[in-house]
Amino acid sequence: MKPLRQSLPLIFGLALLGLCPSSLAQSPLFAPIYEVLTHPRCLNCHTATDFPRQGDERRRHDQLVVRGDDNHGAPTLQCSACHQDRNVADDEVPGAPHWALAPLSMAWEGLSPQELCVALKDLDKNGNRDLNDLLHHMSEDALVLWGWSPGQNRSRPPYEHEEFVRLLSLWVNAGGPC
Amino acid sequence: MISLQVNGDEHTVDVPDTKPLLWVLREDLKLTGSKYGCGQALCGACTVHLDGQPTRACVVPVSAAAGHRIDTIEAVDQQRIGALVQQAWQALNVPQCGYCQSGQIMAATALLTSNPSPSDRDIDEAMSGNICRCGTYPRIRKAIHKIASEQL
Repeated sequence: MKPLRQSLPLIFGLALLGLCPSSLAQSPLFAPIYEVLTHPRCLNCHTATDFPRQGDERRRHDQLVVRGDDNHGAPTLQCSACHQDRNVADDEVPGAPHWALAPLSMAWEGLSPQELCVALKDLDKNGNRDLNDLLHHMSEDALVLWGWSPGQNRSRPPYEHEEFVRLLSLWVNAGGPC
Repeated sequence: MISLQVNGDEHTVDVPDTKPLLWVLREDLKLTGSKYGCGQALCGACTVHLDGQPTRACVVPVSAAAGHRIDTIEAVDQQRIGALVQQAWQALNVPQCGYCQSGQIMAATALLTSNPSPSDRDIDEAMSGNICRCGTYPRIRKAIHKIASEQL
């Protein structure tokens, strides 16, 4: 019988084999959705941190603003202290209705396509939205739509919004494969 | 015409909807205590209260302020905590050049109204959007703690 020390790599490898198929599995239908959701315009407010980010380099938000208990900033330094329901100051200050951080349950930073897909569909994490609710949200929500008209030279997600909705519909109609 | 409630008084102004609230306060209502610093909500010098919440008047379209209670530095002493903040600012010589201080006082008043015993972290998080180029931050923090520990 082999000493335990020699068996460890084998055991570890078998464990990885058990994990890898699911962590690597990725539906081609979700791939473009993942590209969009991990774009800075989306991800900067879907952070896993206690603060938002900004810019394509995803730096920590200026003024060191914080997430706060309700995802709208510190109690007396709310997002709405600066962010209006539209861009202002010649687009220097971005804005859209209900500007806020996504809750931590909707944090997407650092997630693989598989993980993000599963999290996106998890009713306990996504605000109890089924696939059609997700489609509706990403098709019509004013804050989501801002991502495609962010103003200035801010980059936009990799597909036009209309094309994104078409791709999203394909994923939804296929049952949301991950 | 846009109707505004400023420091308890009703005003009607004939200005474009998109004119920033700061410029309506300063130019049309001659309330010049709120300062223009950066014009992009980056420095906090223009801070006023909108329904009690510190807000950067330089980026708020005046139309968005209609229907809300607007309070400025000119009347902050009508609030008990606002008066305490002004007194502590004087007692501890908080201002240096003073340009940012009306915004600092508005932010500190809202903080202490919301939280009568703020920690250093609470102060940092509430005041981080109000920049002071003279570096009066230690005195601001000391004044806030003084009010909280002695008067609230």
